[in-house]
Amino acid sequence: MARRYDSSTTTFSPEGRLHQVEYAIEAINNAGTCVGILAKDGVVMASEKKVTSSLLAPAKSSEKTYKLCQHAACNVAGLTADANILIDQARLRAGRYAYQYCEAIPVEQLVEHVCNYKQAYTQYGGLRPFGVAFLFAGYDTHYGFQLYQSDPSGNYSGWKATVIGANNQAGKSFLKNEYGAKKEDEDEKMKGEEEEKSAEEAPEASMPDVQEALRLAVKVLNKTMDATASSPDKMELFCMTLDDDGECSHKILSADEAQKVIDEIEAETAPSGDS
Amino acid sequence: MDTVFGVEFDGGVILASDQTNARSILTYQTNLDKITELSSHSAMGISGPNADLVNFSEYISKNLALYELSNDGLKLSPHAQANFCRGELATALRKGPYQVNIMLGGYDTVKGEASLYWMDYLAALAKVNYGAQGYASSFCLSIMDRDWKEGLTCDEAVGIVEKCIKELQVRFLIAQPNFIIKVVDKDGVRTLKFGADPADN
Repeated sequence: MARRYDSSTTTFSPEGRLHQVEYAIEAINNAGTCVGILAKDGVVMASEKKVTSSLLAPAKSSEKTYKLCQHAACNVAGLTADANILIDQARLRAGRYAYQYCEAIPVEQLVEHVCNYKQAYTQYGGLRPFGVAFLFAGYDTHYGFQLYQSDPSGNYSGWKATVIGANNQAGKSFLKNEYGAKKEDEDEKMKGEEEEKSAEEAPEASMPDVQEALRLAVKVLNKTMDATASSPDKMELFCMTLDDDGECSHKILSADEAQKVIDEIEAETAPSGDS
Repeated sequence: MDTVFGVEFDGGVILASDQTNARSILTYQTNLDKITELSSHSAMGISGPNADLVNFSEYISKNLALYELSNDGLKLSPHAQANFCRGELATALRKGPYQVNIMLGGYDTVKGEASLYWMDYLAALAKVNYGAQGYASSFCLSIMDRDWKEGLTCDEAVGIVEKCIKELQVRFLIAQPNFIIKVVDKDGVRTLKFGADPADN
């Protein structure tokens, strides 16, 4: 392998790759899975809660979900210590924008700022990249609800649904089939017709609502996690919606509410027997 | 000595200013346009020394253009523009202040509403229905107080503005023969009338 081009972040390999950046991306594949799903009326982010030791004190706050400002939040996959630095950067940027313009920062600008910060560590200074991937969920008046994913290279893109962390490939291929597909039809033929229709319809028509998105997110987590049974203490469900005043509301579901979502999924799959 | 004032109506803002450029006992020009377009749907009437007027207005309008270029055509609302302006005045205040007093009028294309802001050289900012900078306020505010109401049409607002101009021309000691009037609404910024063509050299 091109070992001699590995150690410096600021050197291209002869094949035109930045190995340190690629290794940073690899580091995230060991982290707890995070699923993000864009819904008509909000954004859902579900993450796997990895309990490394029973001796750990019960968490007072989430180690996955962080509020960046009134209208944006993020989910973290990777080195938490690295993530903390970037989250501070994001919060500062959102605050400074509001200070300058007395307005909420458009979500993409916030994401781009964090990503530009990450990119600097792939080009200058000789410091290693951040071993963190983010899912950003936000709302602004320009583009409504948005979901973005970013990685250590400083690249970002907007998604309707995506997965980061462990087993993200399995999660993503599951979402490719399930996101936006019409469900609840026992008749296979009807399902075929419906799917054709939904392909012709505008993308908005097959976008789920927050409740459907929550169920879909839990299904993805069930697929990516090793565990056979899903339970609220293994996952954290976050959703962002607008309240009656048009303000963003950030909510991490309680154990009971999460259990309800899990029960709804069980009820869906039970009647069809073995799938 | 500059006169700058504005009146908001239902769906837009009228901005008016005199066109005299003078210092001490000398008149440099009588066709100056003191209302600069900041962006497609906002404009700023500025009073103060010509140097600061031009410097500040160009600085703000170019920064707003940069924002649109950097952010894929996204526009800053008039509220954000006004607060940005105020922030720049505030930062410069204790370094090297811009000696400008401003009336900023804009139309928010996202919300579909107009807004007018009064801003002075000390970086005070107020959202108003109508306002005036300088000596003009002593003559014009009482007319606007009496005649302004919610839901004015463009023509009614122009009527108030022309009343104010007449008052100044009768009662204000400094003779200001030429005024320029602009409107900012959903169709953007355009000049309604001027006393002397700013384009004449």
